Amino acid sequence: MGYPHPSHAKEQPVLSKYFGDAGARTVEGWVKRGGYEGLKQALGLTRDQVIEVVKASGLRGRGGAGFPTGLKWSFMPKEVTKPHYLVCNADESEPGTFKDREIIRWTPQQLIEGCAIAAHAIGAERIYIYIRGEFTAEYKILTAAVEDGYKNGALGGNVFGSGRRIDVVLHRGAGAYICGEETAMMNSIEGKRGNPRIKPPFPAQAGLWASPTTINNVETLAAVPHILVRGAEWYKGLCLSNPKSTGTKLFSVCGHVQRPGNYEVVMGTPMRDLIFDMCGGMRPGRALKAVIPGGSSVPIMTVAEVEDCAMDYEGIVAKGSMLGSGGMIVMDDSTDIVYQVMRLARFYAHESCAQCTQCREGTAWTTKILERILAGAGKAEDLALLLDLADNMTGKTICVLSDSCAAPVVSAIKKFRGEFDAYLNRMKRPVMVAV
Amino acid sequence: MSGNPGAGPAHAAVQHEESYQPVFVGPVKARLEALFPLYPTRQSCLLPALWMVQEERGWISPRAIGEVAQVLGLTPAFVKGVVTFYTMYHTHPVGRHFIQVCTTSPCNICGAEDVVKAFLQHTGCGELGATSKDGRFTVIEVECLGACGFATPVLIDDDFIEGVTPERVPGILQGYK
Ligand SMILES: Cc1cc2nc3c(=O)[nH]c(=O)nc-3n(C[C@H](O)[C@H](O)[C@H](O)COP(=O)(O)O)c2cc1C
Ligand code: SF4
Ligand code: FES
Repeated sequence: MGYPHPSHAKEQPVLSKYFGDAGARTVEGWVKRGGYEGLKQALGLTRDQVIEVVKASGLRGRGGAGFPTGLKWSFMPKEVTKPHYLVCNADESEPGTFKDREIIRWTPQQLIEGCAIAAHAIGAERIYIYIRGEFTAEYKILTAAVEDGYKNGALGGNVFGSGRRIDVVLHRGAGAYICGEETAMMNSIEGKRGNPRIKPPFPAQAGLWASPTTINNVETLAAVPHILVRGAEWYKGLCLSNPKSTGTKLFSVCGHVQRPGNYEVVMGTPMRDLIFDMCGGMRPGRALKAVIPGGSSVPIMTVAEVEDCAMDYEGIVAKGSMLGSGGMIVMDDSTDIVYQVMRLARFYAHESCAQCTQCREGTAWTTKILERILAGAGKAEDLALLLDLADNMTGKTICVLSDSCAAPVVSAIKKFRGEFDAYLNRMKRPVMVAV
Repeated sequence: MSGNPGAGPAHAAVQHEESYQPVFVGPVKARLEALFPLYPTRQSCLLPALWMVQEERGWISPRAIGEVAQVLGLTPAFVKGVVTFYTMYHTHPVGRHFIQVCTTSPCNICGAEDVVKAFLQHTGCGELGATSKDGRFTVIEVECLGACGFATPVLIDDDFIEGVTPERVPGILQGYK
């Protein structure tokens, strides 16, 4: 539901059904609302059976990449010769994205239940939930929820009488966007700088402490209990467009809409419906200018591209962008695209872990050149230079943070060229001071 | 990664270092040791240990880095490398209340830079990263706080405040003496 707004008729609240309901935070409260049925059922199934259900549901990772969840779990070794680990990615720091925070703060038991089912499916006894350091209130809520889970048999040495051991450890980050990248997160848990690792080896072979590890996003894991209870067929049926995109998705909508917030809709819902019906459209007297639909790392979309876009993995790609994390940044005609693209480039420059030259230098130079343009000191060749830099930053580094900086820059130059030209031709007053 | 801005008065740092008392004694030590069984290596307790230091002392001094290194069996150089990687650890003393305002694009288009200006003005800090003369406040800009639908979110110490506007700033500050 569109927390903090009441649910809209075009929404399909599954994960978000109890947002705003603090009573759902305890094991008792969660059970009263139908919770922990999924975990109890899963404990009666074999590892492979659970994986098959999740595979059949079509669930794909909600952290950004959209990788099929059941398939990811099936990569974990069948024999447990070393400890297996599950890592829950609660580092949510992608600009525009604020859905995981809402799942944690209202329904921590939903997340713990999903984690426990995943742990069972991959043969893990221990789960690390990595929560970003800035989520202070959520950390307290989750700490209390885990303690309550131990007290009420949802965690510990004999989960709901099954004889199965499942433990949860909360690990707090300390301010670093890059720790949301899965291998950087593992280094961070190991007590190191959060530098992404070169792959292979992949986490399922050698992850945390070189043990087989699976890492999933909060929203991905929170969907799992519902799939077990209501079945793969039900989940697969939640689909309005491409059958490869199933289920519901939480879209975090922010920026210039009347009602920003989280909206849970069936995959394939028209983007127009979300922006203009559910979120109430633009502020009075303003018109839509651009949308960045999947967190700041994806290409920017024009009004024409938004017009008949179906919101699922394939539908947004067909309109020149990506679904990403589902963090949607809506910009009206008061927005200076060049300035906001500079702010995003600055974000990536600040967050680069600096291991790769293309990324360390590329993000810094991209920012500097954009600042120069905004200061009215741009040079005729600057756009070509930015595109050239972006080319060197794409597909050439250890992780995709570098590509993520290039995507908004390249797409903005392509789709909003006139705004850059206005600064370059001195038709627009500088908004920054030259350095 | 940039370290923390906000170098406080240098004499405060020196005083702190001369009279350094270990952090990991008594209940704090017990809290750290309770974490050891949760991880297969001691090193994995580094981030939690650094959080404990910052909770106890307000910042992570060179002497504290040395102490953490010793307790976890690491080198001070390694610990320092980790401390400086993460932006939430303070490597200098900061004001009694540490104010972090998100100014990344989603909040930026909703007026976040005006919120920063209001904080700088009403705290008397004047500029980003500086501590107010009375030692009460330090204000910094931060990147996305993960609450973009509630622009502008501000983190004051451990309090996460949503929907801050310039008009609300004086009232909010009254709660932080
Ligand atoms: C720079 C960078 C930052 C990322 N940040 C996050 C994040 O904050 N949360 C998240 O779930 N995934 C993040 N990811 C994606 C993870 O690496 C990983 O793909 C994801 O957690 C897998 O979970 P899923 O399959 O359930 O989506 C990030 C990736 C990159 C490259
Ligand atoms: S691409 Fe950037 S963030 Fe990713 S590993 Fe390389 S330097 Fe670090
Ligand atoms: S951009 Fe400000 S909280 Fe995300």
